[in-house]
Amino acid sequence: MASCVANELLHKIKQLSILLPINVCLRRRCSTSSKQRDSQRHLTTKSSSEKLVGVVGLEIHAQISSNSKLFSGSPVCFSAPPNSQVSFFDASLPGTLPVLNRRCVEAAVMTGLALNCTINKKSLFDRKHYFYADLPAGYQITQQRRPVAVDGVLTYSFLGGKKRSQVVRKHVQIKQIQLEQDSGKSLHDDVHSQTLIDLNRAGVGLMELVMEPDMSCGEEAAAAVRELQLILQALGTCQGNMSEGQLRVDANVSVHRPGEPLGVRTEVKNINSIRYLARAIDYEIQRQIGVMQRGGTVHNETRAYDSKSGETIPMRDKEGLQDYRFMPEPNLPPLIVFEDNATLPPGVDSSQVVVVQKIKEGLPELPSVKREHLVQAYGILPEHSFTLVNEEGLMEYFEEVMKATRKEPRKVIGWVMNELLGQLKQQDMSVSQSPISPAALAELLELQETGRVSSSGAKQVFQVMWGSSGKTAEQVIQEQDLGLVSDATQLHNICQKVVDSHPTEVHAIRNGNAKVLNKLMGLVQRELRGKADPVLVMEILKQKTRGGGC
Amino acid sequence: MSAFRLTGLCSCRGVSLKVIESSCNLSRNRRGCLQRPLLNGTRLFSSHSLNSKVPRVPTWEQIPEEQLPPPAVVPADLVDKLERLALVDFRTKEGLACLEKAIRFADQLHLVDTSGVEPMDSVLEDRALYLRNDTETEGDSAEELLKLAKNTVEEYFVAPPGNIPLPKREERTAMLKHSEF
Repeated sequence: MASCVANELLHKIKQLSILLPINVCLRRRCSTSSKQRDSQRHLTTKSSSEKLVGVVGLEIHAQISSNSKLFSGSPVCFSAPPNSQVSFFDASLPGTLPVLNRRCVEAAVMTGLALNCTINKKSLFDRKHYFYADLPAGYQITQQRRPVAVDGVLTYSFLGGKKRSQVVRKHVQIKQIQLEQDSGKSLHDDVHSQTLIDLNRAGVGLMELVMEPDMSCGEEAAAAVRELQLILQALGTCQGNMSEGQLRVDANVSVHRPGEPLGVRTEVKNINSIRYLARAIDYEIQRQIGVMQRGGTVHNETRAYDSKSGETIPMRDKEGLQDYRFMPEPNLPPLIVFEDNATLPPGVDSSQVVVVQKIKEGLPELPSVKREHLVQAYGILPEHSFTLVNEEGLMEYFEEVMKATRKEPRKVIGWVMNELLGQLKQQDMSVSQSPISPAALAELLELQETGRVSSSGAKQVFQVMWGSSGKTAEQVIQEQDLGLVSDATQLHNICQKVVDSHPTEVHAIRNGNAKVLNKLMGLVQRELRGKADPVLVMEILKQKTRGGGC
Repeated sequence: MSAFRLTGLCSCRGVSLKVIESSCNLSRNRRGCLQRPLLNGTRLFSSHSLNSKVPRVPTWEQIPEEQLPPPAVVPADLVDKLERLALVDFRTKEGLACLEKAIRFADQLHLVDTSGVEPMDSVLEDRALYLRNDTETEGDSAEELLKLAKNTVEEYFVAPPGNIPLPKREERTAMLKHSEF
């Protein structure tokens, strides 16, 4: 598979030439003979040497974090007894009407502002009709014609390059953000050939974020979703937990040759984590490339991702293109949001209006800003700050350690990235599960700073501390006798012994060959079983081997 | 039910005082059915002669056929698609005729001059949308709602499996041939 960096270049070519698809097509038709069949057409043109690349667009449904549902006063809670959070409106009993929740509007506006969208001062609600048992009304109230926010951009980064140490920044255009209702949950009971319906989730507010197909592989999509997750969590508008269904991602995947029109797309559903998202997209791109190379055609269908096999499987065919019979929601007038307090109509109740300016002022610190602050406050590299913010809890851990030690931030980062994160990743643990607390690590680093233990010794101590929960660094040093020997007399004696027993080496040093000092140092270390303070020993050896001796 | 039976006298005027009088006689033995103050005529009906909003003579006139656009034809494929989308059976002659008449009736809207007029969605477009506070006020109705369903399993509603697609047109025609439609 072509690397994502190469894809970016090809993508730019696509963007330039996408303006002239019709001309390109016509030219091609003229230049090929009628005898050649369509499937061979591509082989005779210039673009035949370019590989098929993937095009990925995401549709994300984020469950709004609120106390009650979008159009009714039922509570919103995960894992409640079935049908215990359902009002008459949620069950679509006749005579009930929707009443919009102000918190959901504020959440949508907040998310729109964080993603640099234009907020539509007037947005409209529509009905999207389709029949399914978990949609009791037979329609879903959504915002198809005029959503609350449009035309935004999500800037995301990931670690790329050869050693995965370079921060690669990318953008994806957000087409729109709209408010809509969630449907209930259906549990399929194949044994009794029935479906069990739980309406607790029916009517919960969702923000649907539609992204343009600006991405080209699973890694980019995963990075974009991770960034979005961090933003939503920082805003507090969505908890972003994919496994609990608070953030649902559907991927639209197609393949094409750069410069040519987009290919037929398939929709991939049932993705429960960011890792699976990347795998599902990559699998689907490969599958489609395989189909195209074998001369087949990709069908416009919906496929489900099976995490066990890592493959996408076609779902029950959706009867071709669905006609949702969109119609304006007659029970809801247009939603008006006001720019600032100056544009408010006189005498209006503050609980009845949503003011964009107020929300803008109340926006919390976004992840990108947080990363910048870390780089400036601690002088660490951008890729480190990226990892700190990306890993759940790592930034807090780092800052805790920094508070308790005088060690330089760059050195602390080394410990946090390599020792701590390395171990966590190896054992698939999260930062919160780390057996070494920030205070314990800070203590160890302090001991190393003051010369109590060498850097290699410190690493050994770390490993022991990891395996034995609760032991402090000092305890381990004493138990394992890893403490550095800095007693001057002892060091002098041992150095003298070594110097006296190696006259040839001393002679070589006096003649200018300084490298032999290292051999002597090695011998001293061996005597002390590696616990000599290297700086001190070097000093003493240099003194002793200088002409004259002491 | 008999209390509100419309006589030929009042078919175009809604319920008149006369009917209420007669029905009151019927139900005098049953207390609390209709209250006495009504007979005093304190309630003004909108269809009453003094305050009628209904015009005496029709204010509309029949639109000649020539002014309307050509009648819409509903091909069998469209009927099939509409039936799938709306889950309504109307492929009988009467059903199609009803649909075509309804479309013809709505065609009269084409004669209205809408130049320079913003399209409307509903008549309450200019009202303010009420915004509710984010508090839990309802939702504890599991028992009542489950009682409404014929089939429930352990507090879940029961539905047929998945989405059963409507059979194809030919099969459905065969199915409906035997039904009373």
